[in-house]
Amino acid sequence: MRKIELVQNILEANEAIAAQNKRLLNEHGVFAINIMSSPGAGKTSLILQTMARLKGKLKIGVIEGDVASTLDAEKVKNEAVGVVQISTRNMPENCSLIASMLDPALKKLPLEEMDLLLIENVGNLICPSEFVLGEHKRVVVSSVPEGDDKPIKYPMIFADADAVVVNKTDLLPYVDFDIAVFRRAIEGLNSKVKIFELSCKTGAGIESWCSWVLNGLMSSQGRGNST
Amino acid sequence: MHEFGVTESIIDIALKEARKAQARKVTKISLVVGELTGFMPDCIEFYFDLMSKDTIAEKANLHFESAPAQVRCRSCLTIFRPKDTLWACPKCQSQGIEIVGGRELYIESMEVE
Repeated sequence: MRKIELVQNILEANEAIAAQNKRLLNEHGVFAINIMSSPGAGKTSLILQTMARLKGKLKIGVIEGDVASTLDAEKVKNEAVGVVQISTRNMPENCSLIASMLDPALKKLPLEEMDLLLIENVGNLICPSEFVLGEHKRVVVSSVPEGDDKPIKYPMIFADADAVVVNKTDLLPYVDFDIAVFRRAIEGLNSKVKIFELSCKTGAGIESWCSWVLNGLMSSQGRGNST
Repeated sequence: MHEFGVTESIIDIALKEARKAQARKVTKISLVVGELTGFMPDCIEFYFDLMSKDTIAEKANLHFESAPAQVRCRSCLTIFRPKDTLWACPKCQSQGIEIVGGRELYIESMEVE
């Protein structure tokens, strides 16, 4: 018997593919955002609102990750320059997108025409937090009916987020959601996070979210897309 | 359930290292899994049994060690192990922290013949 000392990161394979994806995006000057949330928090609605607001300013492509169906891809296809649906049902990992699923999807998109790629991850607050895809920013959407305890219950996904969108703020009068408690929990876990309160239903608060997207895109291009 | 790809990577790494060492058999793989990751040792074992069949890693013993969650207070830099849901610093009560341990997922060592 011989012992081999290793200390070998198991997620390295995913991280290497993610780095390739990011290189491909950077070569085409495409800024990518990985949008994560529990099912029903409003990822698709946020994508639709973002596309409606940034229409004429940016050319946007979308990758939709779902366990089954092409419902979300159908909803966004009129506004996007390209949409790819990734159905994870028959894939070994069905609870999250992983970097190797993104690679063939990127090759189907007209990257040379695009400025922004919005990636809708599978609805889940646990698994997507483990996998980078090659995105420039990681965003979590949380909606007020889900409760203000989500950052306490699922700390990892909030700890790594560049931004958190609090959606469905139009429902605040009807639910017990303490926005101060929610903010405190996230800011405790994450010192760099930006938090946006908005309603995809009424459109309130969408402007400042869209400005963040635009600023991120411009500063990424300003740096020659090196990150 | 996202242990499939992870198990695939474990087997890939183990077979590659075994080949490098010119081993005939992998008998043990020691893994470290952070407490804050969502990876379940039971699921990894389940997939490992299926996926290692007909390789030199078949029937290898998987040994799991859990790496504890550790956070550092952003105010006074005390490192502590968070309890349940309240991640306040035991020294200064600040709730601003950064995670410094518990997210690991790596192969620490292997035994081969």
